[in-house]
Amino acid sequence: MTAKAIPLPQSQVEEEEDPRQHLLFDPRPREELNSMVLEAMHSTPISFWIAVIILTLLVIICLFGAWGYMAVVGMGTAGIRRPTFWGMFIANFVFWIGISHSGTFVSAILRVFKAEFRRPFTRAAELMTAFGLAAGAMYPLIHLGRVWVSYWIFPYPNNRWLWPNFHSPLVWDMVAITTYLLGSTMYLYLPLIPDLAMARDRSKGWRYSLYRIMSLGWRGTEEEWVRLRTAIRIFAFAIIPVMFSVHTIVSWDFAVTMAPGWHSTIFGPFFIAGAIYSGVAAVIMIMFLIRSTMLNMKYFMREEHFDALGKLVLVFSFTWTYFYFSEYMLGWYGGDAADKALWQAITHGPFAWLWYLMLICNILIPWLTLWNKKIRRTPWVMFIICLLINVGMYTERYLIVPSMIARNRFPFDWDSYLPRIELVISLGSLSLFMLLYLLASRLIPLIPVWEVQEGQFAHTLRKVGKTHVPSVSETE
Amino acid sequence: MNETPKWGMVIDLDRCNGCTVCVTACSLENNVPYVGEGDAGYGRSMQWIRVERYWEGEYPNVVARFRPIMCQQCGAAPCEPVCPVFATAHSEAEQVNLQVYNRCIGTRFCANNCPYIARTFNWFDYSPGMPLPLNSQFNPDVTVRFRGVMEKCTFCIQRIRRVEEEAKAEGREMLDGDVQPACAQSCPSDAIVFGLLSDPNSQVSHLTRNARAQALLLEELGTQPRVIYLASERGSKR
Repeated sequence: MTAKAIPLPQSQVEEEEDPRQHLLFDPRPREELNSMVLEAMHSTPISFWIAVIILTLLVIICLFGAWGYMAVVGMGTAGIRRPTFWGMFIANFVFWIGISHSGTFVSAILRVFKAEFRRPFTRAAELMTAFGLAAGAMYPLIHLGRVWVSYWIFPYPNNRWLWPNFHSPLVWDMVAITTYLLGSTMYLYLPLIPDLAMARDRSKGWRYSLYRIMSLGWRGTEEEWVRLRTAIRIFAFAIIPVMFSVHTIVSWDFAVTMAPGWHSTIFGPFFIAGAIYSGVAAVIMIMFLIRSTMLNMKYFMREEHFDALGKLVLVFSFTWTYFYFSEYMLGWYGGDAADKALWQAITHGPFAWLWYLMLICNILIPWLTLWNKKIRRTPWVMFIICLLINVGMYTERYLIVPSMIARNRFPFDWDSYLPRIELVISLGSLSLFMLLYLLASRLIPLIPVWEVQEGQFAHTLRKVGKTHVPSVSETE
Repeated sequence: MNETPKWGMVIDLDRCNGCTVCVTACSLENNVPYVGEGDAGYGRSMQWIRVERYWEGEYPNVVARFRPIMCQQCGAAPCEPVCPVFATAHSEAEQVNLQVYNRCIGTRFCANNCPYIARTFNWFDYSPGMPLPLNSQFNPDVTVRFRGVMEKCTFCIQRIRRVEEEAKAEGREMLDGDVQPACAQSCPSDAIVFGLLSDPNSQVSHLTRNARAQALLLEELGTQPRVIYLASERGSKR
């Protein structure tokens, strides 16, 4: 690959004052890019270690300690009661699975559609998928009354010929989440191989041994590249239907039941829209945090990426709003007594403050702000907006899970829900996510360097509509 | 009587006066734990049967309506398909829903899907904390449950079994009225009647032909409940 100076068309130059604000038009020598990424990976200031220690303590005490206490003493330490048998644990489960969605969505969809701006942040997004799944997949276990026999849900041979019940959505969940975890981990690992080899060639000591094993003897021959590209393409296409199936199945935990408010055929696409919405917002938050805490990352993660993802967030805000209102308005219009009571409780009953918080965070704020290019290009403002969007999306899950089952067909049994130990465990799993991310950011190259280099050196400009976009053809 | 026996219950809402003796009798018969004042106030009481009280009309013409609700032993039970490990199962012999405590892993999915809110959950281990002589009051025919499992009304299946075995030992057919679940046995106004729905001459079958026997609870959901309510006409305009 050789660097070529590509003259920009005249119109492009007039429109965009400085083409070098785009990462792909601002090339640097390959070795410099490599060392920038490695430097970010090797730098472990004291603040990093303080964060690691605090997060480790939080994980040990709040997640495993509180969980162990709850398992030994009983589920009564949580705030659930009759009839809200599912509480914040399941809301957290849906939230984390939703977050983990978008990492792969952003990476796979943009890769399949050849959106070249994706190149610097695909790995950050895929890591979010892996660790979001790690945090989310714990919740079905945490919320079990008897977690020590949770393996009974697996179809394993036993001398009583007892099988799991394949009619149960929880068994579907188990299958779907396991598939997604394996698939997305492999999809994360494949583009990592050349970068690990790059790191292997430039490090020594324990890092050298680690990268030597993990890079699987990658030498960068023509044949290896061809195979790697084929494998990545297969996984990028294959992971998309898996991803859609996972969140649809999560929504079926609710949609196949008879509970008013849950029993809805639109839950599949509605949950997927919500998952991608909150997940893309989380990608923006993570990009901001990486950019502001790690060395050299301002070069890779630029305003243009916040801009592009901000547009995606706005589009998914529209999609989510559409599904949300078509679901709830139909329930309201249907006039079923239980649905009506639920609607009443959500709009001006005890859950109304949650409902308005959700509407403000999920609709009002993004719709008012994200139109503006200047706002989309200001990273810290985007961080705040995306944080609020995730607060809103969490509120939505909280409304769906414990609030909706608090209203059933017998007004005598209506009740509400207040979390107790759930709050501590939620803090613990958030710490687990951040801890895993922190450790990974110093163990593997957080930027797919070879993809950025490929984008910088091998792109050509194609005319799409009135604008010119860089496109990388499949030749090496 | 060749077909499978189908047990059922008729509850006469005109006779129920809301005294909740059935709740107490059921708890003693089935070793249902007392959860303590705080948790009971929080909504964690574990009775298998509850008497719902609704007020009808405006003061001073107020009528209190009582409705005892327990597991309806649905023919097409919503709790059964959602359990991942078959801990809620349908008994072919008695046509009731069973909860297999040893198999339950505590997902509480069944409780969420029960439209009658009939299921209760063991929030803590209640039996070890019991002052010692009190453990003698446990019914030896019924499992004492541990923390983290669901439970619910079983139509006092231990009593059904005992009567069946006694009848077999004496070489006779079971008689109608031999099986009395704790709630039916204790009801002072005989509002609860239990027996075989599959036997056309039983008292329950007789009562189901009553003109007031039109109400299956949430019949529109298609759950095929085995508890038939005789609609209340007391205090109504008719």
